Amino acid sequence: MAIKKIGKQTVKLQNPPSIIGTATIVGPKEGEGPLKDYFDIVLEDDMWGQESFEKAEAKIQEEAIKLAISNANLSTSDIDYLFSGDLLNQITSSSYTARQLEIPYFGLYGACSTMTESLSLGAMAIDGGFANYVVCATSSHFSSAERQFRFPLEYGAQRPLTSQWTVTGAGATVLSATGNGPYITYITTGKIKDYGITDANNMGSAMAPAAIDTITQHFQDTGYSPDDYDLIITGDLAAVGKKILLDLMGKKGYDLSKNYTDCGVKIFDGVEQDTHAGGSGCACAAVVFNGYIYKEMIKGNLNRVLLVATGALHSPISTLQGESIPGIAHAVTIDNSLN
Amino acid sequence: MTNKEYQQYVERKKPKPTYFKNTLSAFIVGGLICLLGQIIRNFLFRFGLDEKTVSTATSILLIFLGSFLTGLGIYDKIGKVGGAGAAVPITGFANSIVSPAMEFKREGFIFGVAARMFSIAGPVLVYGISSSIIVGILYLLLTRGG
Repeated sequence: MAIKKIGKQTVKLQNPPSIIGTATIVGPKEGEGPLKDYFDIVLEDDMWGQESFEKAEAKIQEEAIKLAISNANLSTSDIDYLFSGDLLNQITSSSYTARQLEIPYFGLYGACSTMTESLSLGAMAIDGGFANYVVCATSSHFSSAERQFRFPLEYGAQRPLTSQWTVTGAGATVLSATGNGPYITYITTGKIKDYGITDANNMGSAMAPAAIDTITQHFQDTGYSPDDYDLIITGDLAAVGKKILLDLMGKKGYDLSKNYTDCGVKIFDGVEQDTHAGGSGCACAAVVFNGYIYKEMIKGNLNRVLLVATGALHSPISTLQGESIPGIAHAVTIDNSLN
Repeated sequence: MTNKEYQQYVERKKPKPTYFKNTLSAFIVGGLICLLGQIIRNFLFRFGLDEKTVSTATSILLIFLGSFLTGLGIYDKIGKVGGAGAAVPITGFANSIVSPAMEFKREGFIFGVAARMFSIAGPVLVYGISSSIIVGILYLLLTRGG
């Protein structure tokens, strides 16, 4: 019997896990953005002394996880499971990180939705009584993502206005069976939505329908309305996807204009930093959540947040073959109090 | 909403490229690169070189310049402003070969640099050379036949 499941796609956790430590590490460009004061470490050099961008990304993820564990006053041997993923082929950044940490490891691929995918699974593992402490983490790196998905860095191409800038960084969350919050209380797992968008430079539009579907389903399953949240924030729809989401949710009768934004819009100053539509990448939702949202919740400025990380589940091969982009969005409710 | 309706909806929602500004900056950047080529050409003629040698030397110098600026991390910025104005001249062709060569150095000199060097310029070479061969054959047939 699925006693914790409510409605069609939502789980109400009966022993809600508490977030007891987070960490964020970001690259130089993110460190110049509007959220710069919320990050634990801002790198001066996005190679961080490594010989490749891929190695740098793995190091960023590893150090973020270690820092989150130490912020939770634990050591790596206390952690029961690590749930992590990234954007690179065969999620190598996460696996090389897990090799160093020696924590039992579930590697995930949810593209930029990985932060809420890992939080969902980590929270369920704790709520189910399978673990005391888990770490949920993800990373992305502008330069490693560019070389895999787009053009060489020094190639003089123009980026379309709908394109987004992959966030360099990593975020990690330590969840615990006991603690004083903030707690993860609800999980709404998304379905793939694909409306036939094939342009990999317009991912916000490709992912917006998935976010709309998950958020709507979340409200239906939980009985919550937009006003029950201090903040509803999607992962990386950026400016184009945000506009679509607000418009289409409004047509469905949900007015999100007061308390909705997107991590990809928050992290960069689109005009000053020339990032076009905004940020993207696994780290986008990860650093905004583990930095900005978590710290604002601890201060009490935000009390209930719906985090909806969004993923575009295409590959360089599927794009070349003209296939459309499957979008996904997973929602997690983070609450400062239980009831 | 059907797929088609959504795609049409997205077309209406997405920001429109600044066509006039882009065209103007492509014209200026492309024009400046061509002007530079002309200056080099005139300069080389002063040394008393013949037409054919001057053309070859001008191309070589522009290719060097395009590659050098790519190596310094400057050409991508020119390309960002100039668009096709920076991509179409021979300096842009140099950029399209040098940039992947630099990018994939980490994967080794054989499967990295050498194998990936033509990942952007390859199609231009394949179809450029193929079409010139076809045009050459047509020319031959038409002139011999006529």
